[in-house]
Amino acid sequence: MEEDQMKSVPVKSSEITPEHIFLNRRQFLKAMGITGAAAVLAACSMDGEVASTATAPAAAAPDAGEPLPENLTDELGDAANSYEEITNYNNYYEFTVVKQDVAPMSKDFPLSPWTVEVGGLVNNPRTFGIEDILKLFPQEERIYRLRCVEAWSMVIPWEGFPLSALLKEVEPQSNARFVAFQTVNNPDKMPGQRAKFYPWPYDEGLRLDEAMNDLTILATGMYGKPLLMQNGAPIRLVVPWKYGFKSIKSIVKIDLVADEPKTFWSNIAPDEYGFYANVNPEVSHPRWSQATERRIGETARRKTLMFNGYAEEVAAMYADMDLRVYY
Amino acid sequence: MKNFKITWLNALTHVGALIPLLVLVRDYYADNLTVNWIQAVEQRTGFIALNLLVLSLASTPVQTLTGYRPVHYIRRPLGVWAFAYALLHFLVFSVIDYGWDWSLLKEAIFEKPYALVGFLTLLILTPLAATSWKWWKKKLGKGWKKLHQAVYAAGILVIIHYSWAVKGTVLGLQGDIVLPLTYGLIVALLLVMRLPAVKKQIIRWRMDFQGWMQTRRGLTG
Repeated sequence: MEEDQMKSVPVKSSEITPEHIFLNRRQFLKAMGITGAAAVLAACSMDGEVASTATAPAAAAPDAGEPLPENLTDELGDAANSYEEITNYNNYYEFTVVKQDVAPMSKDFPLSPWTVEVGGLVNNPRTFGIEDILKLFPQEERIYRLRCVEAWSMVIPWEGFPLSALLKEVEPQSNARFVAFQTVNNPDKMPGQRAKFYPWPYDEGLRLDEAMNDLTILATGMYGKPLLMQNGAPIRLVVPWKYGFKSIKSIVKIDLVADEPKTFWSNIAPDEYGFYANVNPEVSHPRWSQATERRIGETARRKTLMFNGYAEEVAAMYADMDLRVYY
Repeated sequence: MKNFKITWLNALTHVGALIPLLVLVRDYYADNLTVNWIQAVEQRTGFIALNLLVLSLASTPVQTLTGYRPVHYIRRPLGVWAFAYALLHFLVFSVIDYGWDWSLLKEAIFEKPYALVGFLTLLILTPLAATSWKWWKKKLGKGWKKLHQAVYAAGILVIIHYSWAVKGTVLGLQGDIVLPLTYGLIVALLLVMRLPAVKKQIIRWRMDFQGWMQTRRGLTG
C-alpha cells in the first residue's frame, strides 16, 4: 500500500500519514523552537494516530539522521535524484546566481516565525502560521519531475498538500480568476535581493483552474525532512508541468485576483518567459532549444516530454489555446 | 634586454593560460563542478576563452596607453589560447553534452541564435589561429593584418553569445546581466581605443604626461 502510494502520481491523500512525514513535522516543530510535552501532544493530535508516538521519541531529535527513503521512483519508473543533488544545485537568485553557493548562503535564514497571508478576492482572508498549515492540511508524498527552463531536470520526492485545499479554506469569490504568489522579501539576509536589474520581490501566478488542479501542491518537505531554505523552505509551490521558475519558493503571500498577475521572469523578459511557461518541447525559448534536457546524474540528453510528462492530467486545461502564443 | 623581456612575457602568458585548464581538471577530479558538471565545464571553458580573447584585444590599447612595447608581443599567444579554449568549449558542447547527435546539434546550433553566434565566433577564430605562425605572416604579407582584424568581429560576437546565454535582457537592463554588460563595455572601449583619431589623442596625452613627469622630476631632482 505504502509503496503504491509512493509510486503513483497523483496521489490521493491517505488516511495514514507515513512515518517519515510524521517525523518530518516533529522535526519541523523542533526546528521552530517548539519543544516539550505540548509539542509532542500537538504532533500526536495532528495525526490522530497514537501508535506513532511509540516510534517517535528516539528519532525525533533534529538531525537524528534516520535513513532517507531509498529506491523512490516517479510514475514513469525514473529514480529520484539524491538528497545531496537536490539540496546542492539550486536556482535561488535571492541569494546568488551561483547554484552550488545557494546552500551555504541560505543555511542561517530565519524560518520562524513564518506566516502566509492569504487574501484578495476571498470570503475568509486569513494569515496562516506555518505550524497551522502543517496542522490543518494532511501532508502527502508526491514524486515529481522538475524541469528547469535552463534544460536540466530532477526527480524530487516532495511532501506537501494540494493548493486547492488551502484555497477552499479561504473560499475564493466568483470573480477571482488568478492566484498571485509572493516570496519573502528580506534584502538583509538575501544578498541577491540587493542586486540591481531585478524586480524584487519574486512573484508568480497561476490561473485559478491551474491552481485547483490536483497536481499543484504547496510543498513543506522533501525526502521525509522539512524543506531546506535552498529548496524554498518553509513552504513553496510545486507545479510539475511548468518550468521550474513557476514553482515559487518561500511563500509569504497568496492573493486571489481578477486579472493575470505580473510575474518575476516575465517582467524581466516578456518575450522569453510567458505567464503560462508550460514545459513544451515544441515551443523553444527564443534563444535556446527546449527539445531536450539533462536529467541531473545522467550524461546523455533526454527528450523533453510535453507538459513534462503530465499531459494526461493537464492538457485539457489548454485545449483551446495556441501554446505558441501563450508560452 | 628587450628580447629577454619578450621571451619572459611570452612564457608567462603560456603558463598563465594553461593554469585555468589545470584548475578545471583538478575541480573535475575533486568533484567540484556541481552535479551538472557538463554544463559547468561548458561555462568554465567559455568564460576562460572570453577572458583570453579580451586580454588579447587589450594588448594593443595597453601599449597605446603605456607605451610599453613588449605587451604587443603577447597578443598572438593570448589569441591562440583563446581559440584553444573556444575549441574545447565547442567539443564539450557537441561531443559530451550532445553526444555528437547530429539532429540535436543541428537544431541547437543552426536554429537558435545563441549557439549560432558562438559557433560563428569559433569559425572566425579558426583561420586566425591557423595562420598565427611567422611563416603565414610572411606568406600573407599585408593580407595577414587584414585577415587578423577579423578578431574585432569575434570580440563583438562573443559578447552577444555571452549575453544571450544568461537569463535576462542586456539591452533591457533586466536580469542576470552585470557580467555580460561589463565585458561588453570593456570590449567596446578596447575597440574604440583603436580608432586612429582616438589612438592619436591618447598617445598625445601620454606624451604630455610623460613630459610633465620629466619636468617635474627635473625640477625636484
